[in-house]
Amino acid sequence: MPDTATPIDKRPLVLLTPAFIAITALVVIPMSFILVYSFYENVDLAVDRVAFQFGNWQALFSDNYYHSAIWKTLRISVVVTVLAAVLGYLPAYFIAMTTFRHKWLLLLLLILPFWVSFIIRTLSWIHILGNQGALNGLFLWLGLTDEPLQMMFSEFSVMVGLIHVFLPYMILNIYVSLEGIDRNLEPAARTLGATPWQAFREVTLPLSLPGLAAGSLLVFVLTGGSYVTPLILGGPSDFLFGNLIYDAVVTELNWPMGATLSFTLLVLLGSVVILYSRFMGLNQLSKAFG
Amino acid sequence: MARVELKQITKSFGILKAVHESDVVFEEGSFTTLLGPSGCGKTTILRMVSGLERPTGGDILIGGKRINDVPIHKRNLGLVFQNYALFPHRTIAENIAFGLKYRGVNKADAAQKVTEALDIVRLPGVEDRYPSQLSGGQQQRIAMARAIVIEPDVLLLDEPLSALDANLREEMRVELKSIQHRIGVTTIFVTHDQSEALAMSDKIIVMSDGRVEQVGAPAEVYNNPASVFVANFLGASNIVDVDVKGRGADTVTLDVPHFGAITLHADRATNLGDATRGKLVMRAEKLHLADGASPEGTVSTRGVVEAVDYQGQLARYFVRIGETRFQAMNMIDGVPFAEGAEVSVVLNPDDCSVLANEA
Repeated sequence: MPDTATPIDKRPLVLLTPAFIAITALVVIPMSFILVYSFYENVDLAVDRVAFQFGNWQALFSDNYYHSAIWKTLRISVVVTVLAAVLGYLPAYFIAMTTFRHKWLLLLLLILPFWVSFIIRTLSWIHILGNQGALNGLFLWLGLTDEPLQMMFSEFSVMVGLIHVFLPYMILNIYVSLEGIDRNLEPAARTLGATPWQAFREVTLPLSLPGLAAGSLLVFVLTGGSYVTPLILGGPSDFLFGNLIYDAVVTELNWPMGATLSFTLLVLLGSVVILYSRFMGLNQLSKAFG
Repeated sequence: MARVELKQITKSFGILKAVHESDVVFEEGSFTTLLGPSGCGKTTILRMVSGLERPTGGDILIGGKRINDVPIHKRNLGLVFQNYALFPHRTIAENIAFGLKYRGVNKADAAQKVTEALDIVRLPGVEDRYPSQLSGGQQQRIAMARAIVIEPDVLLLDEPLSALDANLREEMRVELKSIQHRIGVTTIFVTHDQSEALAMSDKIIVMSDGRVEQVGAPAEVYNNPASVFVANFLGASNIVDVDVKGRGADTVTLDVPHFGAITLHADRATNLGDATRGKLVMRAEKLHLADGASPEGTVSTRGVVEAVDYQGQLARYFVRIGETRFQAMNMIDGVPFAEGAEVSVVLNPDDCSVLANEA
């Protein structure tokens, strides 16, 4: 009798091991430390007492300051995501559909900004939106206003900065899913009687949703976790949840509170990802990532 | 249903002229094939009729009306793509009903029409499946159903069989033709496959380099090729230069190298005109190799088999006669001839046709 039992294929396990080790060493263990740290007590600046107490968590749950920061972060993340999706779809569609022979050049243009430091790109908005900036200069010269418009250091400038930084992620994701759509589908819809707009709405848009969803999730999570952009472009009241962590850890040297806030942000954004993949299907995301 | 007429149609892509000034007519209810190698302009013509491409010059008339400026979605055409182009996110029923909703058909009627269309393409009961759950041949039928359910004026088929494997292709060929016959829609079929063209068409339009080479019924194009290109594109042909020796009331006598004088019926010399020199087209399958004496009414000469391309029921022989290499495609009766065999090469003059030498 030949041996018909198939031996267990060990290759998937072997291939997954490095990723498991990396995630355990770089995410699970450090986050466990942070969870433990959130139960310590901060006695004085940078002086912590090892303890198991819920003071930090109590502060988080009872203090409205934190609640409003969470809501504000959610709100700004949603607005930035929606605007990035709308603003990103057009260039993605253009790059995917263009018959321009050197398409790689257009994609290179998308990646080009990554060669300049993110800080410098963010700071550049001061020269555009500031009181002596390019836009105000133009408005004054055109006579649209008598005095400079106050655009910098506001929620508006924070959103502009965030969209600017995260837009390429959105465009690339949408582009990849548009690129995967059969070029004959829109013509097929057209010959069956659909106007160009109807053909787009019925065929191209639904088929590009996986990319749109992946890009949106990415931009949402990135925005929810950002703190440098509000620091540079925002006013005193334009902080995101990430800034609270920054303040607790760097300014107040209160690491236990910082740990509590960090863990909270992880849970919040993690839940968004889980809920999202539950309703959109993780396989949709993997499709969009190609 | 409608007659389609192209008048002095041209199409240029930059400096490249894909279609030169051409007049083409697709008769009402007929099955017309645009046949030619890739890049000959056949697909460009189809795309111009469908509206996916704008002609550079000339007019397109469907049912007598000029439609150059009518947008794609108002032309009422059924287009079947080579790769089917079914909507992957829609069920089969939704795919087929896609064109109906733009024609104001209500849901109940649409469902009825979808069922009928699936019956016509002999694939009932797959309404709720998705395209990816069907095989290539089945997807092809769905694409056909989606195109005919809207009762188009013209059905456009862009190499619809070339993505299928050989056996399925022959089956679908018969199927497609019978569907077209049943609904009687004017059909324009684009292909580079000569056997598809010969088997399916009422009329074949042979194209090359953006120009129409010949228009005619399959037998006409096959028996009386109008040019060397057509003779070679539809099957393998042996083409030799001949002198016109004499003309009778309805015959032409030619002096053929090696074979001597042969007399053709004038029907087979329509493309010779008044020329004194011509090109004789001898189809490979009409050149018979034999051991013994040749039958009455044929001419023959001696040759040597140089190579044999064995194909089962058929063999393609390469035969040297003098300095020239001829191709002969024969049914194998018993044992095929071996390489090096001395054979007599038999030709029935009635199977040949002749072109003017300039063609």
